[in-house]
Amino acid sequence: MSILEVRDLTVTFPGGIQAVRGVSYDVAQGEVLGIVGESGSGKSVTSLAIMGLLPQNAVVSGSVKLHGQELLGMEEGELTRVRGKAISMIFQDPLSAFTPVYTIGDQIAEAVRVHQKVGKDKAAKRAVELLDLVGIPHPDVRAKAFPHEFSGGMRQRAMIAMAIANDPDLLICDEPTTALDVTIQAQVLEVLKTAQAETGAGIVMITHDLGVIAGMADRVLVMYAGRPVEQGVVDDIYYRPRMPYTMGLLASIPRVDGEQDTLVPIEGNPPSPAALPPGCPFAPRCPMHIDACDDEEPPLTQIGGGRHVACIRSREIEHKGMTGADVFPVPVIPPSDVARVPREERETVLELDSLVRHYPLMKGAVFKRRVGTVHAVDGITFDIAEGETLALVGESGCGKTTTLQQIMQLTPPQSGRVVVLGKDSSQLDKAARKALRGDLQIVFQDPMAALDPRMPVGDIIAEPLRAHGRKNVSQRVAELLTLVGLAPEHAERYPQQFSGGQRQRIGIARALALEPKLIVLDEPVSALDVSIQAGVINLLEELKNQLGLSYLFVAHDLAVVRHLADRVAVMYLGRIAEIGAVENVYDRPAHPYTQALLSAIPLPDPEMERSRKRILLEGDLPSPADPPSGCRFRTRCPKFARLSEADKQRCVNEEPSVARLARAKDHGAACHYAEEIEVITASENQEEQ
Amino acid sequence: MRSKVVLGRLLRNRQARYGGIALILLIALAYIGPYLGAYDWTDKDFLAFLSPPDADHWWGTTSIGQDMYAVTLRGMQKSIVIGLLVALFATGLAALVGAFAGYFGGWVDKVLMWGVDLLLVLPSFLIIAIISPRLRGASWLWFVVLLAAFAWMITSRVVRSMTLSLREREYVQAALYMGIPRWKIILRHIVPNLSSLLIIDATLNVSGAVIGEAALSFFGFGIQPPDVSLGTLIAEGARNATGYPWLFAFPAGLLVLLVLAINLIGDGLRDALDPGSNT
Repeated sequence: MSILEVRDLTVTFPGGIQAVRGVSYDVAQGEVLGIVGESGSGKSVTSLAIMGLLPQNAVVSGSVKLHGQELLGMEEGELTRVRGKAISMIFQDPLSAFTPVYTIGDQIAEAVRVHQKVGKDKAAKRAVELLDLVGIPHPDVRAKAFPHEFSGGMRQRAMIAMAIANDPDLLICDEPTTALDVTIQAQVLEVLKTAQAETGAGIVMITHDLGVIAGMADRVLVMYAGRPVEQGVVDDIYYRPRMPYTMGLLASIPRVDGEQDTLVPIEGNPPSPAALPPGCPFAPRCPMHIDACDDEEPPLTQIGGGRHVACIRSREIEHKGMTGADVFPVPVIPPSDVARVPREERETVLELDSLVRHYPLMKGAVFKRRVGTVHAVDGITFDIAEGETLALVGESGCGKTTTLQQIMQLTPPQSGRVVVLGKDSSQLDKAARKALRGDLQIVFQDPMAALDPRMPVGDIIAEPLRAHGRKNVSQRVAELLTLVGLAPEHAERYPQQFSGGQRQRIGIARALALEPKLIVLDEPVSALDVSIQAGVINLLEELKNQLGLSYLFVAHDLAVVRHLADRVAVMYLGRIAEIGAVENVYDRPAHPYTQALLSAIPLPDPEMERSRKRILLEGDLPSPADPPSGCRFRTRCPKFARLSEADKQRCVNEEPSVARLARAKDHGAACHYAEEIEVITASENQEEQ
Repeated sequence: MRSKVVLGRLLRNRQARYGGIALILLIALAYIGPYLGAYDWTDKDFLAFLSPPDADHWWGTTSIGQDMYAVTLRGMQKSIVIGLLVALFATGLAALVGAFAGYFGGWVDKVLMWGVDLLLVLPSFLIIAIISPRLRGASWLWFVVLLAAFAWMITSRVVRSMTLSLREREYVQAALYMGIPRWKIILRHIVPNLSSLLIIDATLNVSGAVIGEAALSFFGFGIQPPDVSLGTLIAEGARNATGYPWLFAFPAGLLVLLVLAINLIGDGLRDALDPGSNT
């Protein structure tokens, strides 16, 4: 018996923009339906249409039935009774989903009282129960806290508590964990599973993260350009995709278990909803494209086993048993020359020696006094050899960005040393600093914010060239644009005429302009869709090999890191927890934090997701203004909890420093009781090696 | 690259083209027009006091028999130059002071904003009354400077607060990490991103300056009779606007046309600088 039946739902915005073009699906009791798609594929608009939350000027047609009752065209008053009671929604950004001026407890109690006739005190009690259910410690105290006093993960839990307050039949989760760190994401997904078990609700899970879907969903709906292109049971979609788009999507995700050598990008960009191609919307990007694809849009047809595919060549794919690797051409990336030289014999391009950055915590409006210190970076040491990629990973607030700023500023640090290409930053004069900037460049996370919107692309790329007095600027700009896979004619356009992936390429071109030796990459792909992301990752890899670059790669996505980096340093609260070659750290993590981090990453593999045991961390990152004594991780450490009292004392009193592990050549962990374990089952081709 | 792209976009913008043509025509009228009329602006026709427009006196005459056509065009020559220069100076100063204060912060910000606040609280006519006797007979450029000096403060405060948010943008940081000097970053990244505000401010300043100049001549400063400007003509004509409308209508109409033309150019320039608009 299905709770929700959606039939041929279409949403048109003014100007003839068809955001959703005929979506149909059912959700049964206790079932999780995953909706995946890239940004602009219409997945969020679909759910807003179901909730009746779209702006007035959007035209919605089709049918949405909840328990057989039509929701479209229902009166606002009646709809309000359904909304929040029978259907609840969990939004992506938990901060803006709460009113900042009321306490969390009050807001949950309000949700209860809107739909149920209960007294104020009873509702407040129910709010505390709900907070307890979603795993908030001391719920009676925390219910009286305001939203800003909650961390991101706690807010999202509170959001879930609010959503299940009235025992809804259907939960719509719109990117519920996208804004969260991986360890917190793992906690929240666990809570969602508990919530579902408690209420028996059906869940519609909307996300772009194929890993999350693999672990949560029973059935999957893949959307592209406002239409479902493939629908089926989760295992079918992941192991036997029949639509080239799904295949490409699966082949383009970097995997933390190191399954593939080279990522397979999908060429081109999703079509604009205002200008759709005549036939199949995916045809312009599809390597299996034939002339018949342009004739008309293929309907979503059943191909047996409850599967639906919208592709005229699906039978052929089925018959030949093709996989993503067969369909999409695997790009060839030339190997690097530098990598053949042993690491010890290569030049060191960047050296950090117990770098410290503390920020004073000030209070008072007129007379400022220091009330504390934020230990943003507290003594980190690493080095990068020529032609090498070192990844700095960690959750938000661990000091990655501060480290990077300290390096980029090229000013004397508070304590410790920053040595770039053999030059100590504390001994640089103005001219030397400027000259060194030519060898040290940066690519930012958000490709829109990093490019001046008022400058044509040509000027943006020419800026560093002119600043350093280079000749033949326009010729070099054309060269750089070609190098990153754009056309020289693009120089006269403004950044916003480009898509996200192209903008990031412009950012890379600008960083390359001065032929630097070291490029700092600040989350260069985290703002991009997976299919685009793969192309940028490949470009970075190719440029590194071709130009002999070294990268300092800052990221929170461990799967991307595994793909791009040679060495990895895991940071926790301003210190390095574990450092070493990628194979060592990923396959045999020794620090409990790295182990938890790795085990929290969802794999785009339903089978593995089901069989995996997660190491769940308790609580949130402590405040860097007041880090725990001794080992900073001990407050959340699963290993610490298992130690005997005598052993615990060492963790409390003595701060561990990074010690080389006996077995490996390039692997160190900052843990008194380091012990290598395997968290991610190594994939087959890894074992062969 | 940018100037080429912006100029191309500006020329393609229809509004800006019309505004540009109108401005050129107005300037031509102001400087070539007097040769076409029968009278010089100093001539007085003692046979026609306050006569309405006719074939002889195209735009009528004043109470002392001056030909309105000649007088108005004479006034406009001054007003166009003063209006444009004041707007340029005032907005430019506002942009520079605001952007430097906002970008550098610290004591630079404190000193500059202290100066701005000081200028805001001092009554401008008092200062002008004090300064004007000393500048009597000096170049009219001083007059532009004085007018501009009292028109930029509020804008510069707005610019400063907008700069505070622009300063944190990644592209500003990126420029810094590229080794570009700070003053260049201000001119190249911060000021262009404030251009919408600055252009609107500049167009408003043009009409403000033309009118403001009339108010100053009341203090015996600026354009002194018998010389005229659009501002003094409008101020004088406004008193008799109902009885002798031609005294008011022609100078006021030309001022409206002038401001309209500049507004059109300003809008076009804003669109040309703003990559978001499709032209």
